[in-house]
Amino acid sequence: MAGKIYSRPILFTLMVTAAVLAGSIVMMAYPMLRPDMHPKLEKLRPFTPLQLAGRDIYQREGCVNCHTQTVRPLRTEVMRYGDYSKAGEFFYDRPFLWGSKRTGPDLAREGGKRPDSWHAAHFENAQAIVPRSNMPPYGWLKKEKLDPVSVKAHMDGLGMPYTPQQIAELASKTEMDALIAYVQQLGHAVEKPRSAGGLDLAAVNPFSSSPQAIAAGAAIYIANCAVCHGNEAHGGIGPSFVDKKFLGEPGYGTDGEYFAIISAGSDAKKAIGRPGLPDGGMEAFGTQIPPDGIWRLVSFIRAQQHHEATEPAGVEKREHETGGKH
Amino acid sequence: MNEEYRYDYKTVEGYILSAIVWAVVGLVVGLLISVQIFAPSLNFAPWASFGRLRTVHTNILGFGLGIGAVFGLSFYIVMRLTRRPLLFPKLARLQLWLFNVGIFLALVTLAMGYTQSLEYAEMEWPLDIAIVILWVMFAVNVIGTILARREEQMYISLWYIIATVVAIAVLYIVNNLAIPVGPLKSYHLFAGVNSANVEWWYGHNVVGFLFTTPILAMFYYFFPKSTGLPIYSHRLSIVAFWSLVFGYLWTGAHHLVYSPLPDWIQTLGIVFTLFLIAPSWGSVVNGYATIGEDWGKMKTNYLAKFFILGITFYGLQTVQGPTQGLRVVSQLIHFTDWVPGHVHMGTMGWVALTVTASVYYVIPKMYGTEIYSVKLANVHFWLVLVGQLIFSATGWITGIQQGAMWKALTPEGTLKYTFMETLVKNYPYWHLRSLGGAIFIVGMVVFVLNVLLTIQKGRALEAGKFTAPAAA
Ligand code: HEC
Ligand code: HEC
Ligand code: HEM
Repeated sequence: MAGKIYSRPILFTLMVTAAVLAGSIVMMAYPMLRPDMHPKLEKLRPFTPLQLAGRDIYQREGCVNCHTQTVRPLRTEVMRYGDYSKAGEFFYDRPFLWGSKRTGPDLAREGGKRPDSWHAAHFENAQAIVPRSNMPPYGWLKKEKLDPVSVKAHMDGLGMPYTPQQIAELASKTEMDALIAYVQQLGHAVEKPRSAGGLDLAAVNPFSSSPQAIAAGAAIYIANCAVCHGNEAHGGIGPSFVDKKFLGEPGYGTDGEYFAIISAGSDAKKAIGRPGLPDGGMEAFGTQIPPDGIWRLVSFIRAQQHHEATEPAGVEKREHETGGKH
Repeated sequence: MNEEYRYDYKTVEGYILSAIVWAVVGLVVGLLISVQIFAPSLNFAPWASFGRLRTVHTNILGFGLGIGAVFGLSFYIVMRLTRRPLLFPKLARLQLWLFNVGIFLALVTLAMGYTQSLEYAEMEWPLDIAIVILWVMFAVNVIGTILARREEQMYISLWYIIATVVAIAVLYIVNNLAIPVGPLKSYHLFAGVNSANVEWWYGHNVVGFLFTTPILAMFYYFFPKSTGLPIYSHRLSIVAFWSLVFGYLWTGAHHLVYSPLPDWIQTLGIVFTLFLIAPSWGSVVNGYATIGEDWGKMKTNYLAKFFILGITFYGLQTVQGPTQGLRVVSQLIHFTDWVPGHVHMGTMGWVALTVTASVYYVIPKMYGTEIYSVKLANVHFWLVLVGQLIFSATGWITGIQQGAMWKALTPEGTLKYTFMETLVKNYPYWHLRSLGGAIFIVGMVVFVLNVLLTIQKGRALEAGKFTAPAAA
């Protein structure tokens, strides 16, 4: 009878092995043979040597212990981070770095969201930019040079394509450069769903210069924008609002254009038809701030511009250099 | 000590002492990272930053404390249940030294940032090879000793130990297949979605076969031994064993709910996850029915409450687990602090209570003496219990809160909270959690003292037996 196996260790061990292998084969081994486990999006590019070096640093520093890299197909998650993650985005990821704990925000759509200079400042000292952040400081990465020989070996191991020149260029780069290059390519294979399409560039601000709207706009501004545009809107990581220019060209934009750049971010530039900064970096706030809030921000920006135009020159200029350091 | 077993008992003692050392290291690191998460200025050096130390914490406790205790206590159980010393005593001793060197190297390399970034499989490839060698040594000794046993029937605990030996070998080898590109650097052999699927097949089951099956082996042996109550139902343990060993391996995908992993794998994983309640509760019911034979033992036997509370937390854990796998629940709690809350009820509740109680039983037994102080053991019990409850409960509360805030919308249909608004709400709970952790650690220090003093007492007794009774 079955009771016998408990006095026959070899048979017993074999039976345990079979029990363990059953689920392993169906759930782990068999899926490997299926194409749906190895999809690849058309726009997905392999890592460059600099990006791979950055990925190695991301692994080394355990960023994965605080940051996920997978946006779930849930409404609020897509609103917060961007389009949900596709299986075909991870073809080159060895290992996957989806993570299991979101102490910090998801980074799957981080690429292009912010300018390089923001990342450099943030890695150096996150709390200087986001006061109550708990992200550790990584300023020391600026002093560490990359080692082209080992990066080359890593590229070879993975069979990734590269040019000798790309390897040679690594010698002049720091670990900080590499980490930023890696973060900036995250999510590159997926079209950003937000676009300036549907925005009415000729729309007029319903609140105009109502003092309540300006005050409300100022509060939203301090909470969301001041870190990049400065407490007085004199600029920092992002441009000044009061320098008589808009997106790199002289003259302020229309209300509708301001609404568009705030709502859709740097993607709106094409529709607006102004160049702005070459690597963009203005985030799309359309999903985070309701339209009324964005119009109040426009009221606030107009008020600042008006204020600046009537202010005697030379006052309040200290803000310039430090940007949002408060 | 009994002469026939003397050498092997020293080996067992060596494992227990090693596990204790690694426990202290891992717990202190745990306390540090629990503070770093609200006081980032304590990330005072690259090797001491949160991202690296979290990995040190999980590995040193999982592999240093966990495997150390499993090695030592399994050897003890195997010897008792086969009624003979180990088949290869020297091999077990060599394994002990290799184990400690390995864990030390893991500590150093992980702090230096050499990691595969696969949860619970972070150690780089040279250390993986060392672990496989260690495991083979362990397997040879366990299976060999069982084959040469002096007792016909294999008792339940031996089943669980054999399952541990087999499953960990399969899991560890497959998930650590990698492309080495440097002395301490490799890339997972599997890419993308496939990498994720292999990792969580491993990740869930390494927890199952390191923190469940060998702990059940201890429970089924030491609980009846220390209370004198026979296990309530043999038949129930047979059903529970086979369904657990079969069912576990199907469930890893519940860690990847709503990820880009193909839906059919997620769904099948969730179905088996629900099923897993049955075998887990088989053991829980068996434990309760056993103490039900004489509830008075909870008062008269100081170890009974360790085992019963331990199996209670196992029961709660295995209700939580399957619930977490459900899509509606996963949505809310996945990625939040709920998960560490869940994990630590298992580790600090179920595993730590059962292992420490087993050590309390084994150490005096090997010396033929009594525990140094039952009172200290009771102090230890209450401290770790309170510490763990604070730790888990704060995690659950703040996890649900954060999950709900992530999903909250304004009437206009935009997100109600920025990420930072949801993060800062964790801070008060994180403070409390550190307090819970600190209380737990104090409890563990009491345990360590109690064990060391018992060993001292045992050795004095031994010295008295073998030398002239002249000691003053
Ligand atoms: C202790 C947890 C922790 C660790 C470790 C950590 N971060 Fe962060 N990170 C955060 C938190 C919290 C935020 C949100 C607040 C902020 O911006 O500082 C954040 C923000 C970020 C952002 C901005 C995301 C956004 O869109 O707002 C990036 C990029 C980032 N981290 C990258 C990294 C990288 C790369 C590493 C590893 C070198 C890392 N982080 C390590 C917690 C962490
Ligand atoms: C992470 C930094 C960052 C944050 C936060 C940020 N911006 Fe920007 N912003 C930029 C950058 C960079 C540009 C330049 C974009 C470009 O040229 O493509 C920009 C451009 C703009 C412009 C065009 C300004 C001009 O004169 O050229 C406006 C208006 C603007 N942002 C408004 C806002 C508002 C309102 C908020 C808060 C809701 C905000 N920004 C938050 C970085 C930021
Ligand atoms: C039948 C039993 C169990 C089931 C079905 C189960 C299920 C789960 C699930 C679904 C998660 C993922 C939670 C999420 O993030 O969505 C999880 C996480 C975890 N569980 Fe369990 N659990 C069980 C028992 C245990 C036990 C006994 C322990 C340890 C003693 C344990 C330790 C862990 C660990 C370490 C994690 C964290 C994984 C991570 O880092 O994300 N579990 N479990």
